[in-house]
Amino acid sequence: MSEIDVELRNVTKKFGDFIAVDRVSVQVRDGEFFALLGPSGCGKTTCLRMIAGFELPSQGEILIRGEPMGETPPHKRPVNTVFQNYALFPHMTVFENVAFGLEMKKVARAEIKPRVMEALEMVRLPQLADRRPRQLSGGQQQRVALARALVNRPQVLLLDEPLSALDLKLRKAMQFELKELQRRVGITFIFVTHDQEEAITMSDRIAVMNEGLIQQVGDPIEIYERPNNRFVADFIGETNFIEGEVVRTNAEEAMVALGQGVQAPARPAADIQPGQIVTVAVRPEKISLRPNSEATNGSAVPATVEEAVYIGTDTRYLLRVAGKHLVVARVQNVTSDLDRNRPFQHGDQVYLSWPANGAQILTS
Amino acid sequence: MQQANRQTRGILAILLSPAILWLMLFFVLPLLIVFVVSFSRRSLLGVVEYDFNIQNYIRVFTTPIYLTILWRSILLAIINTGLSLLLAYPFAFFIARQTPKWQTILIFLVMVPFWTNFLIRTYALIFILRDTGLINNMLIAFGVIDQPLTIMFTQGAVILGLLYGYLPFAVLPLYASIEQLDFSYVQAAQDLGANSFYVFVRIILPLTMPGVVAAAIITFIPTLGAYVTPDLMGGGNTFLIGNLLQQQFMTVRDWPFGSALGFILMLMVLAATMIYFRSGGGRLA
Repeated sequence: MSEIDVELRNVTKKFGDFIAVDRVSVQVRDGEFFALLGPSGCGKTTCLRMIAGFELPSQGEILIRGEPMGETPPHKRPVNTVFQNYALFPHMTVFENVAFGLEMKKVARAEIKPRVMEALEMVRLPQLADRRPRQLSGGQQQRVALARALVNRPQVLLLDEPLSALDLKLRKAMQFELKELQRRVGITFIFVTHDQEEAITMSDRIAVMNEGLIQQVGDPIEIYERPNNRFVADFIGETNFIEGEVVRTNAEEAMVALGQGVQAPARPAADIQPGQIVTVAVRPEKISLRPNSEATNGSAVPATVEEAVYIGTDTRYLLRVAGKHLVVARVQNVTSDLDRNRPFQHGDQVYLSWPANGAQILTS
Repeated sequence: MQQANRQTRGILAILLSPAILWLMLFFVLPLLIVFVVSFSRRSLLGVVEYDFNIQNYIRVFTTPIYLTILWRSILLAIINTGLSLLLAYPFAFFIARQTPKWQTILIFLVMVPFWTNFLIRTYALIFILRDTGLINNMLIAFGVIDQPLTIMFTQGAVILGLLYGYLPFAVLPLYASIEQLDFSYVQAAQDLGANSFYVFVRIILPLTMPGVVAAAIITFIPTLGAYVTPDLMGGGNTFLIGNLLQQQFMTVRDWPFGSALGFILMLMVLAATMIYFRSGGGRLA
């Protein structure tokens, strides 16, 4: 069990009547790459700003290394921030920017230079030490901002949408680089993002937020495979939501009636009863298509192909189930034959199947 | 391409010619006249006699009283500029941190004094400060003092008057540059461990330096040449270059000597401005 680095205990933040953060409790472990993920306005940045000390909680408590922060001002907290717009000081060179934190900590002059150069080497920019921020590209500014924060060897590094200002290709490269850097320095990273793919590929654990509330906390696989409500399932990746009524349920699987006598399997949820109206959430890539019912292992769902779109790696099917539900399925194109990667056409009758634990039952 | 360029230049010339004409007629030409006159001589009857000599300049720099007046003017202008910046900076900062609506109201209030003639405002100030003025009457009424304090007709009164007159000019450029300051830099500095003092000295002040330089120049130049305030509030005790100039032109009618003084004043302003920009103050401007 690793130590808890940052803890939010029942933290609420109100701006006037608006509740930006609502009773959030979360624990970030030492050395973890932790993402706060959610749409804009969900309260994730406010959480980060409260940890940094730029905002104070209306209620609740923030602890860093077990120590309550109370009203400790930002300059006395053992955290550093990489800002969304980087906020590099325009009147200082790259070197002076990186040295600033050390000067404020009254680090000896002789020690400042080697530490600044070490930090710049860490982000592979030692050759740009004498430049001014405005002479750098977006990616270089981003890395200077990282060096400026990391040179202080903070307990926790806070990153506020650090990649959002970069173009797609650079963003992908920086995702990898940032993750690699975090592993090397071993500092706890708390990363705010609205990009679900970014959160999934980089984080050890993710807290999904919406409207000020924590929706789910878990590692990327848990969040993706076992979303515990409709918001999480919808926000992370693509999901089909199919309404139905629980027919029966046991330890292995639940059967849900979708209408017109069609039944589909799903992973049983703890608190469901037969007769209850629920939503079945199933990811498009979990669904297999067969031309006839015999080939599936019992629980085949009949459907009509509305549309079939070849997109290279996959073929996407838009299917109509039980005359009312529209379901998207994605089938990987494993063969290279020219005529076999779109075996079903508009109007074809097919049978869908998915493993019971590939479909989640959502009650809320 | 060539054609278009020539056409643009033609339009530019037409658009600029009124301004150029205006400047030539009312600025460059008078300046040239003053320059020529400063090398002339006053006849016994007060008429300008054009015979080239540098006697006027020699007279300024060899007469102790003129040097004293020059030095006093520079000192007073420096003191006034320093005090203006000291008072105007926090005030401008305060305004820049308000909501846009309040910023507009406060800036509006800063400009309200300009609605009244400067002379009338100076007289109003005299009414407040003189021996039987508001301040002295109140202090006597409350028993704080029994003899009126001498505020008027001192160097202090002149500084007060100049400060009052030129403070709004310092507030406006400072406000403009503080208002543009991106406060994420302030937060970044705090995040890196800077307390309020270092945030101000290392981040806010350097980033608002263009405003400080503009405010300094805009208060220094008019105070160096001021003559209404020292005349009315100094009561002849604080004689500055402005007063000397006025005296030479209007009373003594020694235009050549006055012109030389005017030129020296102009060169001093030019030098002060250049020193400011050389010292790096204008680097970010």
